[in-house]
Amino acid sequence: MSPASFDAPGITSTYGLMAEFDSAQELVDAAHKTHQAGYQKLDAYSPFPVEGLAEAIGFRKNRVALVVLIGGILGGLSGYMLQYWVAAITYPTNIGGRPFHSWPSFIIVTFEMTVLFGGLSALFGMLALNGLPMPYHPVFNVPEFKKVTENKFFLVVFSSDPQYNPAATRTFLESLSPRMVAEVPS
Amino acid sequence: MAANLQIPVADRRAPVIAPGHTFTSVTDKITNIVLTRPISVAWVLGFLVVFSMLNMLMVALGYLFFKGVGIWGINIPIGWGFAIVNFVWWIGIGHAGTLISAILALLRQSWRNSINRFAEAMTLFAVACAGTFPLAHMGRPWLFYWMFPYPNTMNYWPNFRSPLVWDVFAVSTYFTISLVFWFTGLIPDFGTLRDRAQHPWVQKIYGILAMGWRGSARHWHRYETAYILLAGLSTPLVLSVHTVVSFDFAIGIVPGWHTTIFPPYFVAGAIYSGFAMVLCLAIPIRAVYGLKDFITERHLEISAKVMLGTGLIVAYGYGMEAFMGWYSGNQFDSFLMWNRLHGPYAFWYHALLICNIGLPQLLWIKKFRVSTGLLWIWSFIVLVGMWLERFIIVVVSLARDFQNSSWGMYYPTKWDWMTFIGTIGLFLTAMWLFCRLLPMISIFELRQLLPEAHTHEPVEVAK
Repeated sequence: MSPASFDAPGITSTYGLMAEFDSAQELVDAAHKTHQAGYQKLDAYSPFPVEGLAEAIGFRKNRVALVVLIGGILGGLSGYMLQYWVAAITYPTNIGGRPFHSWPSFIIVTFEMTVLFGGLSALFGMLALNGLPMPYHPVFNVPEFKKVTENKFFLVVFSSDPQYNPAATRTFLESLSPRMVAEVPS
Repeated sequence: MAANLQIPVADRRAPVIAPGHTFTSVTDKITNIVLTRPISVAWVLGFLVVFSMLNMLMVALGYLFFKGVGIWGINIPIGWGFAIVNFVWWIGIGHAGTLISAILALLRQSWRNSINRFAEAMTLFAVACAGTFPLAHMGRPWLFYWMFPYPNTMNYWPNFRSPLVWDVFAVSTYFTISLVFWFTGLIPDFGTLRDRAQHPWVQKIYGILAMGWRGSARHWHRYETAYILLAGLSTPLVLSVHTVVSFDFAIGIVPGWHTTIFPPYFVAGAIYSGFAMVLCLAIPIRAVYGLKDFITERHLEISAKVMLGTGLIVAYGYGMEAFMGWYSGNQFDSFLMWNRLHGPYAFWYHALLICNIGLPQLLWIKKFRVSTGLLWIWSFIVLVGMWLERFIIVVVSLARDFQNSSWGMYYPTKWDWMTFIGTIGLFLTAMWLFCRLLPMISIFELRQLLPEAHTHEPVEVAK
């Protein structure tokens, strides 16, 4: 946390160990091997979504779809109920002799509200589950990490992993033939 | 390495991305337009032109708010003049952007990756232009919030049985979701700009927009789910928007409006004019910014084919209108057809038929689809034709309805023209700035198109 941790990396506060790779395939293979070796707390970083990478690091719980489903249902229900309440209860108006609760006319606004709430939950749900916006993150302390938004691929084993050991984990990561292994100060 | 960068495509077709590109080269090429490319004299001169057009809009709207809608050519019987013509035209143009970004994403048409970003921007700006018109047409635009259902001291609520209220919900949802979709797509690219920017302030601005994006596998996984769900939600949305716009007409009883073919015919027309606008913008942009490697002839040809296809649906719509004019046996419907062909606006109806049905048939010829100059002219013709279509629908039907004692003519005033040309200025000013401030091609989606991005299942570690 303090600037002092930069002077003494690996002794007090280390976020984890970072390995850099050249290609998406190398990263997927390395992530898979690391996960197979028993590491649980790890993450992989890439400049574009890589097929199979999330599975390789053991990530399965993606609840975005559930959030969107709930958002959409809430939007649709609130849209319909608003129209029903307005047209049939609080402000009933006789329009061409149609029933106050003329549901076919209410379909469109219900649909629009479903899409609106569903879409907003997709963006905000995704951001919230990802913990974004995040003004500070330790991985950016490694200068090479800048290339993650261009052409380089990274694997980080967190120091919070029960199997984490500064020396042993470094040796293991080096066995995956990365471009480099670096300590991530937290 | 360079040898296996070739994208496999069928022999005769141009590739969706020129061979020889790497992750770095696509990133450089697109971010350099934003970050390092100097501002040219031509850009500034062009900006002055479009910005003065935008200022003309401000003058026209300012005077409108001061005097009222009487400065326009609208009067009874034609209360829906340029305002509604331009509203429908602009909102139709927006449709191609959502079609490209949402429907083609669901259909896994990866060629869309190089044109979706600026097509979505086009959607947003076109919907903003469209929204100007109903607001200005209201007469008292500062009371626009009366359209929304909210508790108020007047104890008044909107009538949800009216298509005009549906329109409020459809258009505002469309704008919001288009913005959300666009912004979601931009987040990873903001990260790229943040990491490549040199100037600390530029880094900060893109950094704030990127919100700390770090390309984590977990983040990408959720991101892709959110993106595909947004595409899934936008797909019915884009089809619904012009459907609802067509209800504004179809639910009325005016001859020429009261038909069931309107929703599909409007949606096809929207995509038709939208792709015309995509071509109208893409052809100069790819030439000026050297993006021919990413927006290739293949994209132009596919867009031309979509234009041809949707144009045929529109032609079917015209045919059905004429057929129903005769087959319904309704004297007002048959008079409407006669009036279109021989009445006071006959010249414009014939011009519409030539622009929308006649000339676009030349797109069957390959030369017209691959020659950028011809294609640019043809997309312009379609844009004019689709504008005329909306003019014919709105004005000709209202000019001569049931009672010939209530017939009239519509003559747009200079304020009508200034508002219309002014919104073109608003649209182009926004595009002008967009090209230099944001990555106009989705960088991360372009990286995915490269063969190096493809992975296979990891090999199980031998026990």
